Amino acid sequence: MAVLVVADHNSGVLSDGTARSITAALALDAVVDVLVAGDEPQAVAAQAAELSGVNRVRCCPDAVYAHQLAEPMAALILSLMDDYTAVMAPGSSQGRDTLPRVAAALDVAQLSEITRVIDANTFERPIYAGNVMATVVCEESTKVITVRTTAFEPATKAQSASVEMISAVAVPQVTRFVEESVVRSERPELGSAKVVISGGRGVGSAEGFKLLEKVADELNAAIGASRAAVDAGYVPNDHQVGQSGKAVAPDLYIAVGISGAIQHWAGMKDSKVVVAINRDEDCPMIQTADYALVADLFDVLPELEEGLAQLKAR
Amino acid sequence: MKVLVSIKRAVDYTVRVRPLSDGSGVDIANAKMSMNPFDEIAMEQAVQLKEAGVAEEVVAVSIGDAGSQEVLRSALAFGADRAILIQTDMLLEPIAVSRILAKIAADEAPELVLMGKQAIDDDASQTPQMLAARMGWAQGTSACGLNMGDGEVTVIREVDGGTQTLALTLPAVVSVDLRLNEPRYLKLPDIMKAKRKPLEIKALEELGVDVSTKTRTTHFAEPPERKPGVRVGSVSELIDRLVNEAKVL
Repeated sequence: MAVLVVADHNSGVLSDGTARSITAALALDAVVDVLVAGDEPQAVAAQAAELSGVNRVRCCPDAVYAHQLAEPMAALILSLMDDYTAVMAPGSSQGRDTLPRVAAALDVAQLSEITRVIDANTFERPIYAGNVMATVVCEESTKVITVRTTAFEPATKAQSASVEMISAVAVPQVTRFVEESVVRSERPELGSAKVVISGGRGVGSAEGFKLLEKVADELNAAIGASRAAVDAGYVPNDHQVGQSGKAVAPDLYIAVGISGAIQHWAGMKDSKVVVAINRDEDCPMIQTADYALVADLFDVLPELEEGLAQLKAR
Repeated sequence: MKVLVSIKRAVDYTVRVRPLSDGSGVDIANAKMSMNPFDEIAMEQAVQLKEAGVAEEVVAVSIGDAGSQEVLRSALAFGADRAILIQTDMLLEPIAVSRILAKIAADEAPELVLMGKQAIDDDASQTPQMLAARMGWAQGTSACGLNMGDGEVTVIREVDGGTQTLALTLPAVVSVDLRLNEPRYLKLPDIMKAKRKPLEIKALEELGVDVSTKTRTTHFAEPPERKPGVRVGSVSELIDRLVNEAKVL
């Protein structure tokens, strides 16, 4: 049969996580459709139709999907499930919010944040903050799966699949959208950036993060943070990398003033190269990083910014 | 208003869990166990609602082995009025847990269910949404703010890119995130008082809920190990190694 991938999008742009989930879906089945629902999702549907391996895009324009809330999204997905043996979504806040409702309605177990498709019924996913990799055999009538998107490459632009318009599904309205506060950044998205520089409690203040930003400018890096830095209010919540925040896997991860608790490692341990900058030589981040610099970050960051600027100028 | 709080006993957050050498499970036989940290935040929120006069009764429920009595006693020390343990030695998938909790929610008829947004053992983050779907109730996941209104609850959610505010018609299921509150330290008098509060224990079999699934974990492995790192002496050495050795710049 076929797999339905539920697209994630914001401000008319298909998420990178969706492109990566399509790759995961193609590892499960040759026929992959994409569902794009939103207020005016036609532009996003066109972006999805361009991605390699997509069989068909099903586009549902309706104001009820303006914020892709879990209740109406789950009802829409369920209305299509006669055509599919599996539904997948990125493990983003929307995917995590919606898919368990689909699984509950179908009364099947869900697999969260898979990192590998081993065969048609067998998957790998991290548990215990990524300290253990579980092999899970799923023989449910319908597979409901969220994807740890950093574990899969994004599907590339290759073609043009057909876009089919579908109708909205009525649901009892028990949830009302009030408002959202979303920070738009010029920087690359944290989940897909090639370089991430993250700060922890050691950075000391929101002003301290300005030093990180200058280095990030030189590297075209996304900015991340430990839970401690977010809790202290140095940066907004969506910067948090870790077990309960975002998972990242860049080519280069620079941890500045982060001690490296298990919960933080859970979110960045798949990074190719990890650099730790910390005064405390006994902290886990310094002990485990590929390159560790034991020094005061307030001395290191300006020097790093200057060194990187010189490198670019060469 | 009645508030139901679900509590899971999980390996303590400070424990670095490893798989057993034969891959048949995880090595937690002697590990320190605690209330799942997100559930502590749910518990704290429930008690704050009671202290504010918004909630009349707070009921804590846990599904697990006999050891889960421990975390329910903690819930009672937080300020829950009574506790229910659905006792089983089985490890249950979230879908099975949602079937059990739906039965309890139907019996108890709370206006609000508070749950941790994920358990730090299986990291599934599914049960609250599954319960809400089963009951046909509204859901607000990853709450970092919560305000009770007339017949509804307003929830500020942590989402990718920022926050989102939703108004949920009651009854509703709210899963809580780290920044909703700071759970209190339990004081000895409260711990003593908790020993006299009612804790009802029911065997899972008594409920008549089917907990079978067609999903099972067959192997537990170590994640790929990182190569040992090196210390660098200066920023220039760091840049040099990132360019020439790691080739990431």
